Amino acid sequence: MKVDIEKANQEGASRILKAKPTIVDISTAGEAVPGMKKNMILHAGPPLTWDRMCGPMRGAVIGGLIYEGLAKNQKEAEELAASGDIEYSPWHHHAGVGPMAGVATWSMPVWVLENKTFGNKAYCTLNEGLGKVLRYGAFSEEVIARLKWMETELAPILKKALDKHGEIDMKNLISQALQMGDEGHNRNRAGTSLLIRELAPYLVRLDEDREKIAKVLEFMHSNDHFFLNLTMPAAKCTVDPAANIEGSSVIYTMARNGTDFGIRVSGLGDRWFTAPATMVDGLYLPGFTAKDAAPDIGDSVITETSGIGGFAMAAAPAIVKFVGGTPKDAVNFTKQMYEITVTENDTYQIPFLDFRGTPTAIDLIKIEETGILPRINTGIAHKDPGVGMVGAGLVRPPEKCFHDALEAFVEKYGD
Amino acid sequence: MNVKPINELFKKELVVINMGLESFADNLKDVGVKVLQMNWKPPAGGNKKISSLLSRLGR
Repeated sequence: MKVDIEKANQEGASRILKAKPTIVDISTAGEAVPGMKKNMILHAGPPLTWDRMCGPMRGAVIGGLIYEGLAKNQKEAEELAASGDIEYSPWHHHAGVGPMAGVATWSMPVWVLENKTFGNKAYCTLNEGLGKVLRYGAFSEEVIARLKWMETELAPILKKALDKHGEIDMKNLISQALQMGDEGHNRNRAGTSLLIRELAPYLVRLDEDREKIAKVLEFMHSNDHFFLNLTMPAAKCTVDPAANIEGSSVIYTMARNGTDFGIRVSGLGDRWFTAPATMVDGLYLPGFTAKDAAPDIGDSVITETSGIGGFAMAAAPAIVKFVGGTPKDAVNFTKQMYEITVTENDTYQIPFLDFRGTPTAIDLIKIEETGILPRINTGIAHKDPGVGMVGAGLVRPPEKCFHDALEAFVEKYGD
Repeated sequence: MNVKPINELFKKELVVINMGLESFADNLKDVGVKVLQMNWKPPAGGNKKISSLLSRLGR
């Protein structure tokens, strides 16, 4: 062997465990996100061009261009999107993550998180809610109006409250949420409630119109997924320091754009290994069926990559009402993930498993040895642009990207 | 006369854990034996190419 893979993986896992993800600010993509441009659209998953985008990704791009005032309607937006004047770039190339389509443009507000141990930052937009929302490909007037309100009222008011509160320790909030029945991906009811508890006293003391403050609190209260856009950047800044460790087979990125599923492996640098995105096995909202679904999409699988989400489903038995299966399945999913991870989390614990730490630091070699693929839970977008969310479920990533990554890993480090 | 311990096993109700091909378990189930099938896969899921790659990593 050219390197000590075991030692390299222990180093990767150790960096993940040492992370201290912390909310430090609310800014805008244009101000804060490194490399952001006015003609750039950030998106979820591996690199992608307009011609290969699925319906909900196209819908979100159309909405983003209308939101920025770069196009007046769908037709204008589609022409501009295909013109070559718009630059598409994965969030992951800009230290960020985006749920579902993950589309972000210059003016959109973003959470700014910092890993206090290593000093690296991560960014993510604020969560819009479920149903007809941009990240699921909807772009109607109500969607754009909500985004504008988020930019002009929600984010500035939350920023003022956050400034008065001071930085928020996300590792602490996530570990509490896991003990309250969340898993940090598709169940964030406890985390959202804990965030409201943190911010509410500072919100009500602001010198702002009381109705505006009430609307901010109502918006967070009405959206159980509000905390998702914080668990995601928390996970992103947690796993990023585990990248680029010579000889490590720890997977530090899993992401989907609705066309491809992609992974990146620590010892193989920035290279993406991709395969066609798979379909989700899920529960559908009234009026929708599996025929309406787009393939798997979004960066939210960064939660599983960091050891929560689908990997912590044993902590969240109630999630099966949203994504399908039984509470026993949820426990078995978590137990199975110990087979493909390097370590157990020393902070994120599962009460039902006698407070065992969540399975953490996914090892490509263990996946290939056991044939066990990572367990992911996820939302489901309609396959057509402009519709929105149709359900939620469980998905298995395509084997091919793991096989290809192993081949490259052996090429570089094997005998 | 000495009785081999293994013979004692067949005086009790037989409960089997089957590791490997599931058809072995099916045969026993067909004749009313309690069988627990272990969730088992050959290394690398039986994929020869992956096994060969893993061997180059000393696995």
